[in-house]
Amino acid sequence: MSTDLEPAPVLSVNGAHKRFGAVYALQEVSLDAYRGEVLALLGDNGAGKSTLVKCISGIHALDDGEVLIDGAHVALHSAAAARQAGIETVYQDLALFDNLTPAQNFFCGREISFPNWLPRGMRILNSRAMEREAEEVIERLRVRLPRKDAPVALMSGGQRQAIAVARAAVFARKVVILDEPTAALGLKESRKVLDLIQQLKSEGNAVILITHNMEHVIELADRAVVLRQGRKVGELKPNRDNQQHMVAMIVGAEG
Amino acid sequence: MLSVGLRLLSVGPILILFILIVVISLLTPNFLKPINIGNILAQTAVIAIVAVGQHIVILTRGIDLSVGANLALATVVGGLLYRVVDSATLVIVAMVLSGALVGAVNGIVYVFGRLPHAFIITLATLSICRGLALELSIGHTTMRGMPEAISVLGGSSTFGIPNSFFVVFGVVVVVVLVARFFVWGRWLYAVGGKPEAAVQMGIPINWVLVSAYVISGLCAGIGAVVLAGRTGASSPLYGTLLELDTIAAVIIGGASFLGGRGHVGHALVGALMIGVIRNALNLNNVNVFFQMIAIGLIIVLAVEADVLRNHLEKRVRVQQAARAQ
Repeated sequence: MSTDLEPAPVLSVNGAHKRFGAVYALQEVSLDAYRGEVLALLGDNGAGKSTLVKCISGIHALDDGEVLIDGAHVALHSAAAARQAGIETVYQDLALFDNLTPAQNFFCGREISFPNWLPRGMRILNSRAMEREAEEVIERLRVRLPRKDAPVALMSGGQRQAIAVARAAVFARKVVILDEPTAALGLKESRKVLDLIQQLKSEGNAVILITHNMEHVIELADRAVVLRQGRKVGELKPNRDNQQHMVAMIVGAEG
Repeated sequence: MLSVGLRLLSVGPILILFILIVVISLLTPNFLKPINIGNILAQTAVIAIVAVGQHIVILTRGIDLSVGANLALATVVGGLLYRVVDSATLVIVAMVLSGALVGAVNGIVYVFGRLPHAFIITLATLSICRGLALELSIGHTTMRGMPEAISVLGGSSTFGIPNSFFVVFGVVVVVVLVARFFVWGRWLYAVGGKPEAAVQMGIPINWVLVSAYVISGLCAGIGAVVLAGRTGASSPLYGTLLELDTIAAVIIGGASFLGGRGHVGHALVGALMIGVIRNALNLNNVNVFFQMIAIGLIIVLAVEADVLRNHLEKRVRVQQAARAQ
């Protein structure tokens, strides 16, 4: 597409269709995401952003169309399968466990444990390895937490958001999807999350960002894809000059 | 300030138990005598063991109302087997298996029958187990006789400590270790903390839930061995209202009804507190109705402590956000 080096996309969605009963949530939607790039996914409520993201992260199955990772077709019939394929998602509700510490949250469901020949649930936790790795990520992403051994319940909205993003960063190998990561945050906490997104990008992930905040889009996104009523209605490089145009596409006000 | 309050709440139950023991021993001279302590431990053993299982279930936001009836059925199964073979090992295995089997039925019907809450299925098995126990037991009443080894296990003491309390200790240690150091234990807390997130994170939530009810049933089975041993009998009437005692023990011990909080030691502390209060009121000739009232009041206190804890946590969160701005 419009990138300088014309590399191959790490994630491609081709001709995605999704229907809920009589309602078309997605029709013929295609998009590409590249490593080291933030792709903003824009659209009004009900435009199909969340549905598309859920299809990519394995929560919903597409009725038609395909998802390619590094050019190869992948079947994403569960959240686990999507993660296996290298796609990490930060859900809007964060999917954090309030009663667990940040490190325990990071690895929940993917615990480092032994011995490998036992079924997962019967293995012994390697807590030290998990804590070490969690510490490393927290440091690398410069996430500031009051106490690393306190349950997440005791942390602010921004800290929780940062933990959820950092969890994605622990395992992200290809694609990180963020659904409204700053929706519930104050100015300063939003800033920290935006810095985190920048960090994920510079580490070579393809970042897909859903947001309603045009300022954030212009600041962070290398490209933006606009959906309306389940269809892709535009794709552009966001900047100050085309901001009005973008908004017009989102609400369907342009001719 | 807030964190001090939270820490105080987390050690609250043990602190209260300790204060209770000090106060009661000052008021009641016989309370601290070894024989009385032994009595308390023996009387608390069954509640404590079954409460450990109850706690595992409550950790996952569930409840097991069938434990008392399950225990009664297990003693009857053991008693019937004893009439055929005089083997302590076989009788113990039969009681424990019987308990675990009922637990498995609870878990499987709850999860795969897609029931809205475990309340319903365990209420059903409460009724079924009690009926079955009455039907199966000869003469529909208490059957005398237990293998010698089981009677020793449930009724005798070693170094002044009832053997049954070693069983309690063993159960608590095993469950604490498993909950703490095994992946399964982590999953229990995850499922109790936020079931939807557990699904998203790829935890086999269905099997985690089933296993919790199996463990609860297993503990009821172990409780059956201890009770049958202490009384040297099996009875379809054992364990009446045991479900309420065990739930009370878990809540008084400081676990949260909202799931995902507390560790198994809490169940033990709660059971001991119930035992201590009953014993103290007995020694002071307070009638049994007041014992019930006292336990009820303490339950209210414990639940309010949980509410207070949630409130304080919210305040801490707000403080954190304010600091970040």
